[in-house]
Amino acid sequence: MDFFLQLLVNGVCVGLLYGISAMGFVMIFKASSVLNFAHGELLALGAFFFLSLVTWGKIPIAASFLLTLAGCFILGFLIEKFFLRPLIGEKLIFVIMLTVGLSAMFKGLILLIWGGNLHTYPEFLPPSLEIHLGSIYIAPVYSATLVISVIFLVLFGLFFKKSSQGIFMRSVADNQKAALSLGVHVRRVFALSWAIAAMVACMSGIVLGIINGVNVHDLSAIGLKVFPVVILGGLDSIGGAIIGGIIIGLLETFTGGYLSPSLRDVVPYIVLVFILMVKPYGLFGLVEIERV
Amino acid sequence: MKTFMKKLSFHPCGNYHENYAQELSIFETWFGRVCLGIFLILLFSVAPFFLSPYLLYILNTIGILAIAAIGLNILIGYTGQISLGHGAFFGVGAYAAAILATRLGVPFYLSIPAAGFITAMIGMIFGIPSGRLKGLYLTIATLAGQFIIEYVLIQWESLTKGTMGITLPSPSILGWNIAGNKAFFFLIFICLVLMTWFAVNIMRSKYGRAFIAIRDNDRAAEGMGIPIFKYKLLSFAISSFYAGFAGALWAYYMVSITTEPFNLGLSVEFIAMVIIGGMGNIPGAIFGATFITILNEVLRYATGVLMNVSAITSLGLNMAPLREFVFGLAIVLFILLEPKGIAELWRILRSNFRLWPFSY
Repeated sequence: MDFFLQLLVNGVCVGLLYGISAMGFVMIFKASSVLNFAHGELLALGAFFFLSLVTWGKIPIAASFLLTLAGCFILGFLIEKFFLRPLIGEKLIFVIMLTVGLSAMFKGLILLIWGGNLHTYPEFLPPSLEIHLGSIYIAPVYSATLVISVIFLVLFGLFFKKSSQGIFMRSVADNQKAALSLGVHVRRVFALSWAIAAMVACMSGIVLGIINGVNVHDLSAIGLKVFPVVILGGLDSIGGAIIGGIIIGLLETFTGGYLSPSLRDVVPYIVLVFILMVKPYGLFGLVEIERV
Repeated sequence: MKTFMKKLSFHPCGNYHENYAQELSIFETWFGRVCLGIFLILLFSVAPFFLSPYLLYILNTIGILAIAAIGLNILIGYTGQISLGHGAFFGVGAYAAAILATRLGVPFYLSIPAAGFITAMIGMIFGIPSGRLKGLYLTIATLAGQFIIEYVLIQWESLTKGTMGITLPSPSILGWNIAGNKAFFFLIFICLVLMTWFAVNIMRSKYGRAFIAIRDNDRAAEGMGIPIFKYKLLSFAISSFYAGFAGALWAYYMVSITTEPFNLGLSVEFIAMVIIGGMGNIPGAIFGATFITILNEVLRYATGVLMNVSAITSLGLNMAPLREFVFGLAIVLFILLEPKGIAELWRILRSNFRLWPFSY
């Protein structure tokens, strides 16, 4: 029973991480319906940026965290400006392939600058975040993740429901032409959504880096694991991303614990195929109705 | 007589089509036909006897990858379905041929097409989601297919020998052993010519037109009476057949295979070939395969040279990732600057010679 409970807790923690990683992805999809295959590399960029500021630059943790977020905001803006904007209105495959190309470029750059080894951050989380519940143990990073993901979920909810920019984003996602004719600055919305998404991706990259250490290959693999998560939750639902993340995390840890560790990494994709056959728009996704 | 003269001309000076059959013809003039014939004769009579083994190896690789890229182009360029699992299907073909050859002792002229058919069956399984989904959802389904196939290839050890790999017997026909670059050149390029011929002609048939209709507007195609699910599956099957066929050839050519090369990176390379070569263009796939293979070789050579430059090694820089970077850059630049690919550049080049030597 203890084993079961510990797996349950671990699964939820891992799942929350997936959920946070998926949030930036959903953000981009929601505003511009682009599938971002470079998401894993964005996570890695954030994690490495933070790493060099902390270990090489010797800048205090809080300051370097804010600096990283600002840097990634600008990075997302530039990506949109130079790579995505020329492709507005082009075929889907060009946009998808562009992000695939970008992911190869970023991965090459990261490997060139930081190398493929595993790096770790210096210990900085207060040990008071540790949680002991009977025999169950939750490491400080996981409780920090829990707090961060709840904060971001609330922030995003408010942003999309209350702020004018958030409402613009939803309107662009719903119908680009109608939004344009009603005076929404569609280009600015795209730029802003890429910038915010890159910022969120960086943040989750840092959290992942604290837990598993920073490694390009691991982080870009997580960028691909985002797909089962978002499909399960619904491609355009941020809350769905978190719930999908938790379900996938639970599935992974339980298969790893009870069935076989090697099956662990494939289970999300097997589930993915079944979801696509049974309920393609996910748990919370919007069902599209198309007309000729 | 007039049409005869037109056929003899270098390149038609305008659009002289009088019926649909003419518009569908592959060669507008005899000149193109003769040129292709001369090119093929030169290729088969000169290349294998005068090229160095290394160049011949590159040429053979291009030939094999071009077959797979043609298959992917039928799926992406003509039917509008994006597959991220082509590399895994290539691997399925390689393993199917290897298992047929080692376990059952099937001769290569049967095992290579059989591998194609087995891959087509497996491809159809992952094509089933295409019945309900379009565009990006299907891309994700094939991405899942890539990971699942990779897992099965590694874990089903009783069949695939896992990470140990399989060593194939050298193919032989009528007591003649096909071994070495020169013999394989003929095998690979005869297959490439046949597969290209088949692909070009299937696109002129009822099936090809249905594929194009589905690509342009699937709902409208359904409204016109095209059973889209059947045709999407057929397109998936044909594309996987090409991948499996090429994979089988590759397995025989490489002699021993492991699961390692058939990863997501290979799938991305195939898509890059289709995009860089030109979507919806059969020769484009061959251009794309050539471009990517040569790019890969040049980058491998360049990083090798850079590794030996003492100034860089003393800085502690590892130049190997440069390959990945340039590869991504090539994809991005082609999409931004020439989304129709090399095939379009080739068309522009040819049309510049339309009125040659009196251009204006």
